[in-house]
Amino acid sequence: MTSTPTDVGSRGTLRGTAGTTPAVPPGGRRRRTPSPSQWAAVGFAAPLLVYLVLFYAYPLWRNIDLSVHDYTIRAFVQGDAEFVGLQNYVDVFSSATFPTALWNTLVFTFGSIAFQFTIGLALAVFFRSSFRLSGTLRAMFLVPWLLPLIVSASTWAWMLNSENGVVNSVITAFGGEQINWLTSPDTALLSVTIANIWLGIPFNLVILYSGLQNIPGEVYEAAALDGAGAWRQFWSVTFPLLRPVSAITILLGLIYTLKVVDVIWVMTTGGPGDSSTTLAIWSYREAFGTGQPDFSPAAAVGNLLIVIALVFGFLHLRLQHRQEASS
Amino acid sequence: MTERKVWWKTALGLVFTALMLFPVYWMVNVSFTQTRDLRADPPHWFPWDPTFEGYEAVFSQQLPALGTSLLIGLGSVILTVVIAAPAGYALALLHLRGGRTLNFLLLVAQMIPAVVMAMGFYAVYNNLGLLNTVPGLIVADSTVAVPFGVLLFTAFMAGIPRELLQAARVDGAGPWRTFVSIVLPVSRNSMLTVSLFAFLWAWSDFIFASTLNRNGDLIPITLSIYNYIGNNTTQWNAIMATAVVASIPASILLVVAQRYVAAGVTAGAVKD
Repeated sequence: MTSTPTDVGSRGTLRGTAGTTPAVPPGGRRRRTPSPSQWAAVGFAAPLLVYLVLFYAYPLWRNIDLSVHDYTIRAFVQGDAEFVGLQNYVDVFSSATFPTALWNTLVFTFGSIAFQFTIGLALAVFFRSSFRLSGTLRAMFLVPWLLPLIVSASTWAWMLNSENGVVNSVITAFGGEQINWLTSPDTALLSVTIANIWLGIPFNLVILYSGLQNIPGEVYEAAALDGAGAWRQFWSVTFPLLRPVSAITILLGLIYTLKVVDVIWVMTTGGPGDSSTTLAIWSYREAFGTGQPDFSPAAAVGNLLIVIALVFGFLHLRLQHRQEASS
Repeated sequence: MTERKVWWKTALGLVFTALMLFPVYWMVNVSFTQTRDLRADPPHWFPWDPTFEGYEAVFSQQLPALGTSLLIGLGSVILTVVIAAPAGYALALLHLRGGRTLNFLLLVAQMIPAVVMAMGFYAVYNNLGLLNTVPGLIVADSTVAVPFGVLLFTAFMAGIPRELLQAARVDGAGPWRTFVSIVLPVSRNSMLTVSLFAFLWAWSDFIFASTLNRNGDLIPITLSIYNYIGNNTTQWNAIMATAVVASIPASILLVVAQRYVAAGVTAGAVKD
């Protein structure tokens, strides 16, 4: 880390005008003896630093510790869990649930993202041209996003109920067959994915809409003058210009969808069997979902999930950096 | 002609919104439906003959849970702001050494799945005796909001005009005085956005509640709904009434603080 306070300060607007960056005294490179203002900075950041160590680093370390020991409830109480090295990870990878959970995670995540993004983008484009009530309606779209997940998930569970759900009523009214949405292994994953798509649309809409606001109107006027219709305008103006924002929206969506537990747990608890078990659900179920908590494999699955999330996370950071550099 | 096109768009917009909000409508509808009509086929599309049984059940049984959620939400807001606002000040205006590393760590922190945090907290709280306690849950819930809060405060405070801070310095104000009497008042809007999200996340939390507070005397409303579903699957009108009541804070905030919500989401906000 060679970044000195001056580097950080260079983001300030008045850099270069002597004496206007008050916190940095001349010759701020002296590392050994921090200036008084550095002490102030550390003081103000201290609560956060303590917080991060106590409530992020320590729980995460405990989590790694769990994953390399054989923790049972008894060992938890007595604190004498046996060290087993990577055995928990080996068990996880060789478990019959692993390929299913990995596949379900992929289907759930990519299925959710593809539809959330497409629908969110279509709605953002639709709301871009202001019309009567457009602001109000756009605000209404935020509602699903603000409701507690447990509320949305239980509402969907009741709507998709086999005998009494409104969805099946509509299907049978049109002459279709009753579908056991949540209780059949063929449709459980589909059902939770549909609910999750619904939950994610507002987030995509808001971010993409704000991205659209940054595209200058003249570009569209020029395209219209060149005779481009709405469809052409979308593909040759909106879509390319929105690409950086889209990339970030999708990556953030990936990171958040990987972690989803509430929705699936409330609707299906990952079942029937393992048919809607994702990695996050698997981890939750091992640790907290059954009468006999099995923390060690759960922690191993959780750490695997962190690694996957971080891969997408770093991709996100790189994209953001590149975007900042180019703007 | 444009006039007609605009009306056509409004109509389409109404249809989209209605489709999107149908589950929300259905929740409200079911909450008013008589128990005997819950299994009617075709379903009752509108509660012509409403019942308030569900709501009576909520108010006779769920008030403690609502109170607990309120307490946890407010606790989480206070903890988040107390930690995030000074940190934002240090990062944005006091040029904290290693600030970039800290920023980076905060971004990474937001990517850690809540399940993993829940397990870590469970192990830690088990030793500390913090399982099934309200303070324990407040701390766990705040971990979702703190990184977001710091990043939002930093972004906003970096834009505070330097002249303002310099004027304070000329008047002899130290970093603390500057923070309290200039930076904080100017950052009021960011503080509202951060508080709003910290509250909503804590209010909606299910993962931490269901893991760290499973056997507590004071359970939050989300866990209460979940237990309700588990015990009592026939009383869906009561479950949905609880769900409606649990959605009230979100609805109020959407109405009164809509622009702070939008500001939070576009600031790279996260939904855990």
